[in-house]
Amino acid sequence: MDVNWLDANYLPWLIPVPPLISFMLIILFTGRNKVFSHSIAVGSVVLSFLMAFGVFLKATGTDDFGFHETTLRIFGDDITWMDVGLSEFKMGVAVDPLTAVMLFMVPIAMLMIFIYSVGYMGAYPDDDPHKIRYSRFFAYLSLFAGGMLTLVVADNLLLMFMGWEIMGLCSYLLIGFLFEKKSAQQAAVKAFMTTRIADVLMLVGIGYLYAEAGTLRFHEIFFANNAEIIERLGNADQTGYLGLSAASIIGLLLVIGTIGKSAQFPLHAWLPDAMEGPTPVSAMIHAAAMVSAGVYAVIRVFPLLEAGGNPHHAEYTAPLILMGVIGSVTALGAAILGVGQNDIKRVLAYSTISQLGFMVAALGIGAYVAAAFHLITHAFFKALLFMSSGAVIHAMEHGEHAVEHGHGHDEHDEHHAHHDEHAHDEHGHGHGSYTWADLNAKIEHGIEAGHLQPGERTPYGADYVGPNGELPDDAEWKTSIPQGLKPDFVAKPNNIALMGGLRHKIPVTAYAMLAGSASLVGFPLITAGFWSKDEIIADAMTFITNSGQFEGHSPWLHMLVFVSLVIAATFTAFYTTRMWLLTFWGKPRSPMAEHATLMNHVDPEELAQAQTSLKKFWLQYSNSALMQGPLVVLAFFAIFAGFVGIHGDFPVLEWFTGSHNFFHEFVGASLLHEPATIPFKIWPVLVSVLAFSIGAGFAYLKYSVPRDSYEKDPVQNIVGDPVWQALKDRFGFDTLYLATFYRGFEWFGRRVSYRAIDKETIDGILETIAVIFNNIGEAIKRFNHVIIDGVGDGIPQFIGLSGRWFRNLQSGRVQQYLLFTAVMLLAIGLFFVLRVL
Amino acid sequence: MVPLWFYLVVSAALFAIGAYGALARRNAIAIVMSVELMLNAANINLVAFWRYLNPFEINGQIFAAFVFIVAAAEAAVGLALIIAIYRSRQTVIVEDVNMLKW
Amino acid sequence: MEITWQTIAFAAFAVMTLGGGLMVVLSRNLWHSALFLMLSLFGTSGLFVLLVAPFLAAVQVLVYIGAIAILVLFAIMLTRRMMGLEETQNTQWPAAAAVALVLFLILFVTVSPLVDEQWFKDILGGDKKDGLGQRISTLNADLPVDPDAKDSGVVANEDLNIVTVEAIGEALVTRDGFVLPFELASILLTAALIGAIVVAREDEA
Repeated sequence: MDVNWLDANYLPWLIPVPPLISFMLIILFTGRNKVFSHSIAVGSVVLSFLMAFGVFLKATGTDDFGFHETTLRIFGDDITWMDVGLSEFKMGVAVDPLTAVMLFMVPIAMLMIFIYSVGYMGAYPDDDPHKIRYSRFFAYLSLFAGGMLTLVVADNLLLMFMGWEIMGLCSYLLIGFLFEKKSAQQAAVKAFMTTRIADVLMLVGIGYLYAEAGTLRFHEIFFANNAEIIERLGNADQTGYLGLSAASIIGLLLVIGTIGKSAQFPLHAWLPDAMEGPTPVSAMIHAAAMVSAGVYAVIRVFPLLEAGGNPHHAEYTAPLILMGVIGSVTALGAAILGVGQNDIKRVLAYSTISQLGFMVAALGIGAYVAAAFHLITHAFFKALLFMSSGAVIHAMEHGEHAVEHGHGHDEHDEHHAHHDEHAHDEHGHGHGSYTWADLNAKIEHGIEAGHLQPGERTPYGADYVGPNGELPDDAEWKTSIPQGLKPDFVAKPNNIALMGGLRHKIPVTAYAMLAGSASLVGFPLITAGFWSKDEIIADAMTFITNSGQFEGHSPWLHMLVFVSLVIAATFTAFYTTRMWLLTFWGKPRSPMAEHATLMNHVDPEELAQAQTSLKKFWLQYSNSALMQGPLVVLAFFAIFAGFVGIHGDFPVLEWFTGSHNFFHEFVGASLLHEPATIPFKIWPVLVSVLAFSIGAGFAYLKYSVPRDSYEKDPVQNIVGDPVWQALKDRFGFDTLYLATFYRGFEWFGRRVSYRAIDKETIDGILETIAVIFNNIGEAIKRFNHVIIDGVGDGIPQFIGLSGRWFRNLQSGRVQQYLLFTAVMLLAIGLFFVLRVL
Repeated sequence: MVPLWFYLVVSAALFAIGAYGALARRNAIAIVMSVELMLNAANINLVAFWRYLNPFEINGQIFAAFVFIVAAAEAAVGLALIIAIYRSRQTVIVEDVNMLKW
Repeated sequence: MEITWQTIAFAAFAVMTLGGGLMVVLSRNLWHSALFLMLSLFGTSGLFVLLVAPFLAAVQVLVYIGAIAILVLFAIMLTRRMMGLEETQNTQWPAAAAVALVLFLILFVTVSPLVDEQWFKDILGGDKKDGLGQRISTLNADLPVDPDAKDSGVVANEDLNIVTVEAIGEALVTRDGFVLPFELASILLTAALIGAIVVAREDEA
């Protein structure tokens, strides 16, 4: 076979391969050598990045790439995967403009995450679980990357679904990476189960699509014979049920898949808990891979979703309505919840949910390009934000360590001490003077001064701290809370109420995070997030004001999306500014923040032996550099990635863009009918700027003033304690799910799946029957006790007895199991034979 | 010539005998032998069908040859497991090795 | 049906195979079981000869009797403490026997469409109205069976080119043939070999 693998048609095959190979190499061979393992992982992503970037360059350099006029010009190749009856099922890769921009964003973000991970994981002490399972982490991360890249280059829904599921598995493995923690285990199970619900429905949708269309390849469905398949599927008279066209039903199912994967309401609850994984995983899940994949999938199949309708004329199809409503609700709800979080990562988690809501809502009103644009820019700044938060948490953990061990690390570190001294002088603290006892004293002082009632909860959840700074929640947590994850529990190093003043400790992180936050809140004109968010709002607004073209249809969905997104943007600006100010502004509010640093735990003798200053630097700052270097790169993209998608007619800037919206023209060619460029209006821009100004300005007013540790959060003062607690409890969704679905599924999982399927034998099922009978017996017994006290112990006893009898079948003797199997098989065989006779 | 169904009946009988042995013998080695009998029964079936239905194609014989391979691998691993169990538990009676529960 | 040397040989080999098999599962002495296993395997080899598959017959003798059965003998010797069991059958043997019987009946019914009706009629009471032969012939009419599958179209031994070892060897290593399964089989055997060593090896400690 003569294949030039460097040809852009074949190269996409190879893009996902290096990380997958890396996964196998690390798992099978290099697991014991940490340096080897992370080198392989990073190297594999570099390879993927180079190949993907080559394809991207080739794509941007090709004239009329995508669908123009009547020709479809894309890269791709396929193989016959299997013969299905008379037709063939083809499997392949394809690169169209949408894929091309994903191939730009995904590998860059991944590469940065990988490099960052080397520093992040390496900074833990040797006996930490992070360090013990170091190699395994990189193996999982590689598999994750491989899954995502597979999904991106796939040219059909099945291959895409495979990548999708690989990522589902990896997210489970990585969220539960610190499986010593019960909360991590539960978060992993929660994420896996929640996305599974959606995935099953999505798979049903894929199956239905195959049954109706006879193919799962995107370009055959969307373009072949002038989109004949789409036309047929979109016609409710020809196909479908219940008055919905087949395309609508399939679209609804696929959108549900995305709702799970991209954590949209009501399946959003897993994402904030996914913070239990190490921070690079959060960055991976939130930016480069998992949740982006969900949005990418709906963008990918958008022609199917709008088949039979036209959002630009307010003819909404069912999937579009679902997306618009869910997206709006999610964007707004998550933005509000983001205000009440004190866990730095959880703030970001809610902002991710909210921003994904923006994209989904944008797609709901047909803003295809705007959704794709926001997906790209969001990935950059969200990866940046998460990795920054990881650096912050690391610095805080280091500070906690320093407090516990009597600042031993400072003695051998003159530079650091000097730096600290400087910082402390500025804030009126002596070096090392701030201890947990001081914090207690401050709280007592606060009670005396009447700022705080005794027993009242301070922002970090308690009115006192123990001698080593342990909060009551800590103790409770360690003894494993039976009801699972407490929604309002915040781990100490993550708690922004305990931070403050960190910009002096970790300046690079602080300003990188500032860039990311500015992009997230849409700081006007100079950030990427502004341009992409503005485009969504402009899309929504333009069609409302231009209602002439709706021909009598009411653009209610546009209005809903517009209103909720603008409010959500305001809240976003507020909570992001709040988070940044609480973290980096003011002065340290706890001993941990006082001693926060990103420097290595380095042996003083080793440091003294280091010959060159470069080596000295590396010994002290290797992890710091590895963590913060990627932040700088991503900060660049968080600011400048937006300039490719500026509206062509934007005042002043049109001189530079030459009245072209490059992103729009490039990605728009992924559709059969290129979406029309909306005329430029100044109002949407002003609305965006206004939303930003109100939110960020208000937060600045409230949070830039110095605060003391006992003071309540300003928001708490404004909205009152019950609302604040409701925010911290995430509106009770988690508790509700825990009490209903999760308990139910857990029961099912433990009783049925674990016992029956895990044991792979018939006795598991019998055991289940026994248990069910026992439970029924138990229930009846209780019923009897309550209603007719003392009556009817007989039935439960009988049932309990039969339960015990069933137990005897579980003997552990393999031949007995074999006999049961044989009897069952023979019963089936006899059934068929007797039917013939 | 002997009709096809003779072979099939012999094969079926041998398979049933093997199944009985696998279900009823206590000694693990006897169970392995019974499994070998069942594999043989399958092989007789394969070769007989090849001979009567499609004798000019080579596939049937190759198929049977692969069954040999599987049988050899199965016997080697199976007996190794038995020896390992014997070494650790001093028994090859499968009822005594009742760990497959809970 | 006329009695030819083939029929006689078939009967002999079938008795060898089945009788040997029966003794394998019933014999009280495990050592005898193993020897009967060899007998049964040898009978199978004879059946292969009758089916004009000399290569398989030879491999049967070499691999099954020469290797597998010997391996079983070694295993028996290694565990010879377990040879003199009081009870060779476990408590569920009646159920096992019933299962085996039903299994045989199902298999028999499945192949019954191929059964030569006349033969059965001769044996089971001719054309009597309710005889088993009659029932089976009506059964045959109902079952969807390719009539060519019956003996009528069978190629006689004389007209058959014997598949040579050479042809099989060639088929195993040509790309249009079976080289991929062949290689996979080698990997399987290697894996089994290594696995067996690892599992059965004494712990170094």
